Amino acid sequence: MNALSHAQSGNAYNFGFLDEYAKKEVRRAILKAIAIPGYQVPYASREMPMGRGFGTGGLQLTLALIGPGDVLKVIDQGSDDSVNAVNLRRFIEMTCPGVSTTTKTAECSLIQSRHRIPERPLTSKQILVLQVPYPDPLVVVEPSENKRKTMHGEADYSRLLVKLYEDIVKFGEITISHRYPTRINGHYVIDPSPIPRWDVPKLNNSAALILFGAGREKKIYAVPPHTQAEPLAFSDVPFRVEDFRDAQGRRRACARCGCTDSFLDEFVTDSGGKTWQCSDSDWCEEQMLLARHRQRESRHEQDSRGS
Amino acid sequence: MNKILEVRNLSKIYGPGCPQCLESTGPEADTNLCPHCGSVVAIHDVSFDLFAGEVLGVMGESGSGKSTVVKILYFDQTPASGEAIFYDRNRQYELFALNAAQQRWLRNHRFGMVYQNPHLGLNFNITAGGNIAERLLVSGLMDYGTIRARAKALLARTEVLLSRVDDLPKHFSGGMQQRVQIAKALATQPPLLFLDEVTTGLDLSVQARILDLILEIQQELKTAMIVVTHDLGVIRLLTSRAIVMRYGRVIESGLTDQILEDPQHAYTQQLVASAL
Repeated sequence: MNALSHAQSGNAYNFGFLDEYAKKEVRRAILKAIAIPGYQVPYASREMPMGRGFGTGGLQLTLALIGPGDVLKVIDQGSDDSVNAVNLRRFIEMTCPGVSTTTKTAECSLIQSRHRIPERPLTSKQILVLQVPYPDPLVVVEPSENKRKTMHGEADYSRLLVKLYEDIVKFGEITISHRYPTRINGHYVIDPSPIPRWDVPKLNNSAALILFGAGREKKIYAVPPHTQAEPLAFSDVPFRVEDFRDAQGRRRACARCGCTDSFLDEFVTDSGGKTWQCSDSDWCEEQMLLARHRQRESRHEQDSRGS
Repeated sequence: MNKILEVRNLSKIYGPGCPQCLESTGPEADTNLCPHCGSVVAIHDVSFDLFAGEVLGVMGESGSGKSTVVKILYFDQTPASGEAIFYDRNRQYELFALNAAQQRWLRNHRFGMVYQNPHLGLNFNITAGGNIAERLLVSGLMDYGTIRARAKALLARTEVLLSRVDDLPKHFSGGMQQRVQIAKALATQPPLLFLDEVTTGLDLSVQARILDLILEIQQELKTAMIVVTHDLGVIRLLTSRAIVMRYGRVIESGLTDQILEDPQHAYTQQLVASAL
């Protein structure tokens, strides 16, 4: 359907807010990004009815990809219910009639996420769109974009590695907590958006297509399905994820669902103490349901044994 | 003796250039600024050979183009014309016909450079050890322990206190900065080293110790070097052969002893006579 017929049909906005030409351009950039894994493809980032820096890059990817029949999930730092996620979801519901939304990772076909990859492994039927504030990992070591492009082209990432070296010298370990530079398919190093280190291994050989959109910086890049994604590290100081151990060395558990193998957020309780909860709210709900189900089943078993 | 570098007809002109540039500049014209178009003929028709393990001196006054020669050979600048062939491990590289990645590879693996100004050779915002680590990382070494050990060994060899490995070079004295630069240049054990006015601006005792260090390294590793300096003492101490440049042209070349004892060109005579 082209832009004209929509305008004539009386709708104030085209399906997906963007006009068809804009969507086509974004899709073309996506195809190029998939063809060259990790390469930052420039595109004409449109003005969106929200401030740059609030996920306009991710939103344009989502709007270019979504169609009637898609099931969308929007996450903001693991949660489906925080302001950014709710507003984006409402906007897409408003401008894309026929699209349904969900909070369940298992049920969606398209996920737009800010700074987290869901705990539940994604499938080949799903696409993950990540919002990116700073697309270029080299920006911390080289201010000139022209020079950075040459460095990317020649796969010259020694200065990023020097930063890791300096970290180990100063602190005894690599201190990058998020935006961990990751080499895609053996060449380009990407800034995987501010996902925690915990999520970086999920990029490697992922079944789902993972797309990155930077609206302000006007770049799109991709980790295609089943592509190698390897965080930068030294051969004798390997990359490691957050371990969430307490003073006794025990792995902390989620205070709600009791899960011990998810990424945890730290909260301060009313009494001034600290508590930990799953960052991925859908995962947490799912674990609680499972726990309840197991409880009910064991009670059922006891009852039937008792009678 | 094995030839390691062959430079032929190297030229570099800053500015638009015109057909009269070359004839109206040079030692005879007593200028390197073209009066017709205002271009600067930095160097013209510079040719020389360098053999393995040899130290070649390039001397001349300020603005004679001696630094430009090594900067072009180290790919910091591009020549207007001319060619240079680098012979290494049974291969030969035509330096200015290589693409950017190949040039970067040679620069990082097979060449070393020590600049007069440590700001050019070192990153002042990372530690001395980090500066050396950068060069080792570029050469593909990916083991933290090995990199750290190599960096320490190199700094110990160039007489930098090991307690200062993790300090920023901007907190070092000028002499120490030069030592770190030399350590960095030597990190990949290059067969060819460029030294651009390494001792200029240092006090005499520090100069003497840096020169001693360079001589020791030269004896030890048999590195071929091109030493650019206007200091005849450095030329006499370090080099076996030398070329004299003026207004971008080579006006005299030969054995260092010969040039210093029996200079042929009027300018060289003046230069040698004016040395203290």
